[in-house]
Amino acid sequence: MLNQLTISELAAKLARREVSARAVTQACLDQIARVDGKIHAFISYDAADALAQADTADKALAQGGRSDQSLLGIPIAIKDVLAVKNQPLNCASKILGNFRSPYDATAIEKLKAAGAIVFGRLNMDEFAMGSSTENSAFGLTRNPWDTTRIPGGSSGGSAAAVAADECIASLGSDTGGSIRQPAALCGCVGLKPTYGRISRYGLVAFASSLDQIGPFTKDVRDAATLLSVMSGVDPRDSTSVPEPVPDYTAALTGDIRGLKLGLPKEYMIGGLDAEVKAAVDAAVRQYEKLGAEIVEITLPHTDYAVATYYIIATAEASANLARFDGIRYGARVDSNDPIELYARTRGAGFGAEVKRRIILGTYVLSSGYHDAYYLQAQKVRTLIRNDFLKAFETVDAIVTPTTPTAAFKAGEKSGDPLQMYLSDIFTISCNLAGVCGISVPCGFTKNPKLPIGLQLLGKPFGEAVLLKIAHAYEQATAWHQEKAVL
Amino acid sequence: MASAEIDVKYVAHLARLALSPEEEKQLGAQLGSILGYIEKLRELDVTGVEPTAHAVPLVNVTRTDEVRPSLPHDAALGNAPQKGGGLFIVPKIVE
Repeated sequence: MLNQLTISELAAKLARREVSARAVTQACLDQIARVDGKIHAFISYDAADALAQADTADKALAQGGRSDQSLLGIPIAIKDVLAVKNQPLNCASKILGNFRSPYDATAIEKLKAAGAIVFGRLNMDEFAMGSSTENSAFGLTRNPWDTTRIPGGSSGGSAAAVAADECIASLGSDTGGSIRQPAALCGCVGLKPTYGRISRYGLVAFASSLDQIGPFTKDVRDAATLLSVMSGVDPRDSTSVPEPVPDYTAALTGDIRGLKLGLPKEYMIGGLDAEVKAAVDAAVRQYEKLGAEIVEITLPHTDYAVATYYIIATAEASANLARFDGIRYGARVDSNDPIELYARTRGAGFGAEVKRRIILGTYVLSSGYHDAYYLQAQKVRTLIRNDFLKAFETVDAIVTPTTPTAAFKAGEKSGDPLQMYLSDIFTISCNLAGVCGISVPCGFTKNPKLPIGLQLLGKPFGEAVLLKIAHAYEQATAWHQEKAVL
Repeated sequence: MASAEIDVKYVAHLARLALSPEEEKQLGAQLGSILGYIEKLRELDVTGVEPTAHAVPLVNVTRTDEVRPSLPHDAALGNAPQKGGGLFIVPKIVE
């Protein structure tokens, strides 16, 4: 089945003209037709446009392709938070109405320049706020391994689509774990690059100091390929960083002898599921066999990360989402009074979780509370960041579970926002500290069979080493090759 | 730190967000428990700690002051809920 293959496998077949881009794209579309009724990873997709892009790719392949087009003919689906020219952009919210993007995000422009077939709008929690993809105005996405369970979030559609082989790879965004957590729960690879590595131009902002775009893939090599394509400084995003962009696939040597991996003692918490803990312990032993040195480390402010995050992220969100006011784009609820027009438009357009976060964020920034909440959180953020920088003086990467449990049932946590927030406990610090992180499959629970994710955290702009370490583990195990039965 | 009580109606006004009475009540209760959890940050002594606004220390990122291509007028208006004469149409703001 062509749709089950990786980018690197397909690129080789496409270059040899063994298969056509049209056949690969059709295989993905057929799989969507077969399984997406059960999964609902896609909000929408334009099959004719995807096939037209495939035909263009086939023409370029017939002329021998170009060495700088590492994604020529590869279908990649996109989270509904990234602008793709002339395609709908809703952020899984009602408030954007019939919005169509007038331009491409920089990451999308780079995928297209590399020859990718960019298609589909993948479901997510509204404005990327959530951990289960239950907060979508377009309905639930289901976990391909057990359709009574959530795929994680906020990039739940992106993870489910890759896990269900409805596309070859996908893009998501990660503000507090929204790539790594769903990747773990759906059993694929999810990479959150260092803040500033990939331009955020054309990514609808949730929390501007935390958001990063990243790939979902079927193996680590594909994540390295996509990172190489999308990285780099961009004059249209002044927070993108002018660090050189290496060929990240060159780092995948399989040799990690002598590298030091840190185990933070604060991550062995009471709520950690026994099967998740056993899988992560086994992964650590695997790393020892591969020649890595394991050292216990401490990240003393871990316990404060969730509280810090929910102040900073909601504060930034309340400011960013002020732009959705019914004036320049999206749905409008009319009134003769402009203030009432804003309030009614927003009251009708935003869902419950978005409203909750706007109110919380507005409150922590309001007069009299700013210093007590927002400024305090920014200072604690410094302490959390310093914990990581100190740890990275002695270790090359940090190893943790990605999530405390495997996928939970739909509806299980949706009535209790605080419990939902605590499910991000292992992924949130990475964004606050501005380091990079990846989740790779490291096992399954027994009954039901659900994927478990191993999280590796790397130094700022240390993606090459991070990917090398993740790849070496993947080479030594077969977890990533298992497929959900659909 | 402040008490864990939010005047939801007042904050919703600041946020320009119309809420139903049921939403106000539900949000009040949920935010009370979230704020209660957030109070734990008060345990930490942050005397002398500088705040972090951005994890990557970049300052004064500027570009040369030159005209560059930007979104065409029609495209910028393309998603407007109401438009006319090349402009966004809004309710009357000044008498």
